[in-house]
Amino acid sequence: MGEMDQIEDGRATDTAPSALETMVVHLQHLLGDAVSSADISGGQIILRTTSPALITLLTSLRDDVVASFNQLTDLTAVDYPDRPERFEMVYQLLSMKNNMRLRILMPVDEGQTAPSVVGLFNSANWAEREVWDMFGIFFAGHPDLRRLLTDYGFEGHPLRKDFPLTGHVEVRYDDTLRRVVNEPVSLVQEFRDFDFLSPWEGMQGQIDAGSADKVGKGE
Amino acid sequence: MGVIDPYTAPPIPQGPDQDAILKAVGDEITNRGFVIAKADKLFNWARSGSLWPMTFGLACCAVEMIHSASSRYDMDRYGMLFRPSPRQSDVMIVAGTLTNKMAPALRRVYDQMPEPRWVLSMGSCANGGGYYHYSYAVVRGCDRIVPVDVYVPGCPPTAEALIYGLLQLQKKIRRTATIART
Repeated sequence: MGEMDQIEDGRATDTAPSALETMVVHLQHLLGDAVSSADISGGQIILRTTSPALITLLTSLRDDVVASFNQLTDLTAVDYPDRPERFEMVYQLLSMKNNMRLRILMPVDEGQTAPSVVGLFNSANWAEREVWDMFGIFFAGHPDLRRLLTDYGFEGHPLRKDFPLTGHVEVRYDDTLRRVVNEPVSLVQEFRDFDFLSPWEGMQGQIDAGSADKVGKGE
Repeated sequence: MGVIDPYTAPPIPQGPDQDAILKAVGDEITNRGFVIAKADKLFNWARSGSLWPMTFGLACCAVEMIHSASSRYDMDRYGMLFRPSPRQSDVMIVAGTLTNKMAPALRRVYDQMPEPRWVLSMGSCANGGGYYHYSYAVVRGCDRIVPVDVYVPGCPPTAEALIYGLLQLQKKIRRTATIART
């Protein structure tokens, strides 16, 4: 009976702040103006910030003894062509100590530079090279900002929404030049996009008729 | 009865016929010290019986290629041993997606292989780009880079399919009556 009470007490105290909420309060206190908003979504903390504040924000998160978000697990970007600031950098942090994950979102416009975080997290080195390769976001202070994945001499940034799927060049071995050459793309057949909203799209008439029948019988 | 092709006809069974042939060959050696055979057929027998593939696994097809070499299918019984060096190989199995960045490397490895050499394209991606046909980073068929002898379809082809492709390649080699370097 006593145990039951304890469990019920535990349920009653659901309104008490969870570990994540406690952490958010702590972070807001710790980071102050560096964070423009802090939410909890999908079991992790999401912070929004701006590029001037990023380095101080990440330094505090990494070096704070309580927070101890000392592992950068991922770093990537997203292209939102409709937004005034086109790209959004995403930094994914892990606190091994607290078993917590934290995401930092930071808008960056085309042509604007983002601060490199290689000085703080070594794992950012190739990740920033990849983001440079795929999105064309320049990282100020990166030690070796070359393309990572695409071909040598590749032009354009493939993960931008305005980059054509098939790209601009294709390769071929030239027998007379005795080397692999780049040529403008020429496709025998254009790419066809079978983008149906629903697999039942062609069935819409039948589905409607079926549900109407059911409703009729039910009444 | 038509002409009997010595390469597809069944072997001569044991008995007086076979003994006569063997005796003729034996007499030839004892009388003259040598025996005459068709050199190109001998070469083709040797070439098709010891096809050493260059390991060129690029993607998931490589796993099926490994299966065909491992104990269940055992390419070794056809005299096929994977070689880690192009200079020791006769055939290159292009197993997987060939990207633009990899294309010059593939060509270089092919150029390093000694003559005579063959190429087997394995899987949809190597045959014609496959799933990545419209990609900005993938070669639409490895035949744009190297001349291909046998195409094995599938995504990925099974280990049996690859073995079948290699047997087709052996057939092709036996058909080719040449000792000249191409």
